[in-house]
Amino acid sequence: MDMFGDPAIWLPWTFAALMGLSILIYVVLDGFDLGVGLLMPLASEDEKDRLVASIGPFWDANETWLVLAVGLLLVAFPPAHGIILTALYLPVFVMLVGLILRGVSFEMRAKAPITQKRMWNSAFFAGSLMASLSQGFMLGMYIMGLTWTLPNVIFATLTAVFLTVGYSFIGAAWLIWKTEDQLQRRAISWAKGGIWGLVLGIVAISVATPFVSTRIFDKWFSLPEIFYLAPLPVLSGALVVFVWWQLSRLPLQNDRWSWTPFAAAIALFSLAYGGMAYSFYPYIVPEKITIYDAASAPESLFIILIGTLFVLPAILGYTILSYYIFRGKATALRYD
Amino acid sequence: MDTLLLSRIQFGANISFHILFPTITIALGWMLLFFKLRFNATGDQKWMDAYMFWVKVFALSFAMGVVSGITMSFQFGTNWPGFMETVGNVAGPLLAYEIMTAFFLEAVFLGIMLFGVSRVKPWVHTLATFLVAFGTTMSTFWIIVLNSWMHTPQGYELRDGVVFATNWFDIIFNPSMPYRFVHMLLASGLTVAFLIAGISALRMLWGDKGEDVKSALRVGIIAAAALIPIQILAGDMHGLNTLEHQPAKIAAMEGNWETGPNTPLVLFAIPDQAARENKFEIGIPNGASLILKHKTSGVVPGLNDFIAQDGTVMHPRVAPVFFSFRIMIGTGLAMLLLSWTGLVLLRKYGAGHMPRMPLYAFCAMSFSGWIATLAGWYTTEIGRQPWLVQGVLMTKDAVSDVSAGMVLGTLIGYLVIYATLIFAYIGVITYLARKATKGESTPNRGYPRGGEANVTALQPGE
Repeated sequence: MDMFGDPAIWLPWTFAALMGLSILIYVVLDGFDLGVGLLMPLASEDEKDRLVASIGPFWDANETWLVLAVGLLLVAFPPAHGIILTALYLPVFVMLVGLILRGVSFEMRAKAPITQKRMWNSAFFAGSLMASLSQGFMLGMYIMGLTWTLPNVIFATLTAVFLTVGYSFIGAAWLIWKTEDQLQRRAISWAKGGIWGLVLGIVAISVATPFVSTRIFDKWFSLPEIFYLAPLPVLSGALVVFVWWQLSRLPLQNDRWSWTPFAAAIALFSLAYGGMAYSFYPYIVPEKITIYDAASAPESLFIILIGTLFVLPAILGYTILSYYIFRGKATALRYD
Repeated sequence: MDTLLLSRIQFGANISFHILFPTITIALGWMLLFFKLRFNATGDQKWMDAYMFWVKVFALSFAMGVVSGITMSFQFGTNWPGFMETVGNVAGPLLAYEIMTAFFLEAVFLGIMLFGVSRVKPWVHTLATFLVAFGTTMSTFWIIVLNSWMHTPQGYELRDGVVFATNWFDIIFNPSMPYRFVHMLLASGLTVAFLIAGISALRMLWGDKGEDVKSALRVGIIAAAALIPIQILAGDMHGLNTLEHQPAKIAAMEGNWETGPNTPLVLFAIPDQAARENKFEIGIPNGASLILKHKTSGVVPGLNDFIAQDGTVMHPRVAPVFFSFRIMIGTGLAMLLLSWTGLVLLRKYGAGHMPRMPLYAFCAMSFSGWIATLAGWYTTEIGRQPWLVQGVLMTKDAVSDVSAGMVLGTLIGYLVIYATLIFAYIGVITYLARKATKGESTPNRGYPRGGEANVTALQPGE
């Protein structure tokens, strides 16, 4: 335990990194699931089945990253878990109801009598919408320091809209990769319609965060940090231009480059997320509690870490296996 | 009502809703593996037809379990921040292991199990089925470990009011864990056995003459008849274990107010906590002493021993524990009666020519496992009150300081959703049964048993 220095320092840091990674993977993976759900009303009846089929084998495991993220928050930083979730009681409730509706509709829309299918499709959309909006809202509230004042709620409402539109963009980018023909062309136009949400969201957060705290302002806008950090916004801008260029020329012959919007979307989410993580470190409850204050006992963290070192590679391995088995264009889902 | 009681009701509602579905998936996973292995061994299509019907129920139940489980991982923080702050050092690693070793395993291989038959080799599909079943069981193990530790904590020390783990072996193999784990696995087995028997009976009543339905009915009845005596024995041993570690719970279960020998077995009563006595009591003399101590002079703990000096009640509210215990026992006895009758009739008539009366009875008992499981959990969980972690943390000290109105509002929201979903869930299972009876979803088709999977003429997804 002592070989990397003081375990009360490196263990919390490691767990913050693991938790951050889980949240990022969740945002990207369930982001496209939720995004596809958000696009449901735009699709025709036949296309709806294909939309669901494109995420059917994955959504369950994707959602598990949320459980891992909140689980790590719970087990590694218990006081922070309590403070954050108590402050976000209502949006958490909305998100949970949304996730319940979305997950159940997945099964119900295919198994219930055909006359009820329309209703479950609506529930699928409504669930995805509630989950996306509430996640965006929680993001905004977190940035603003988890206090319920009118300006904070307005900002959080904006981030709710932006994240939701951003999710619809990554969902559309996923569909460009996983579908073909008519549906793929429609997905391209959906992606064009959704990318502004992601861009505005990133801009809003980038502008707002430094003004919430002088500490964060100094972290970004002092020398020499500003030079190290400059590639972050520059790269993000370049990625947006690249995506726009790709969207304007896709689809190409033999489906070449159809994976690029999705890959670029992942990169954009990761960069934005990385910037945020840099801003808030070392705080886990913004400006109040650091990861070092909130961490569980080193003995307990160490026990979890040993397991994590064995299990995380295995999880990644069989996740990749699953994506490999269900590679290629989405086909109709069937049990046989 | 105050935030404490509302939070308890809310968490109770969520965890009750959640446990319904794992109770089905834990054993149904193994049952599906059994169907798959029978098919691999015999090549008889009926086993694959049974698999294909029940895998849909599994998928639906699994999804319900996942979404309601996520709710709970958040509610530790929204409703009970004091829980993790006090015992997080023990509860944390146990929950982490549950998520890492079990949750991911089942979630990933579920995709392959459900939609992968035509994409992977048959043995990979069988392996995926096994890993899903194994994952759900591992998940049960870790959750039961944590829950049991809350009843019988050991292997820890208190420093400044916070629990620190000292011996993980003692924590994992705490005294009530083996009993609770076995009791829960058997409960799941019984729930699934009666569900399979009940839905198969329903399909036969609707006129389904398929071989898969007959076999499923037979498997359901035999599994139920085999498991119920073991469950009664395991439950009895669990009770003796509780007597040793949580006497107040036993006193409430027995409805016994005064500690003493020659305690009767109370069959029915209305416990009056204000008057501290039972109304309308019907009992068997010396019964409780005999069951718990195996002699008539055996001393059974009474509730009056659990009143603190200052008058604080340190035992659970009696009526809920008393009645849920009797509902569990009553359901268990009904299960014993029906499954053994079913076994006799099975020998006499065979699965194909069962009289209609027992088929109706099995239909009526389709979800009896849910009732027994919930009643059992209410007995043990309410029975632990006023403690959240026995002797370590009181429930009232763990609750969050959210306003009662907020808890009430969200509680109503959850209840509406849960009621709707249970209604929809049972509705869809009966709908699937009706569709299967009409033969719409299981036309005769070949499933590959070895070599490369090459299935043609597939049915569109369900």
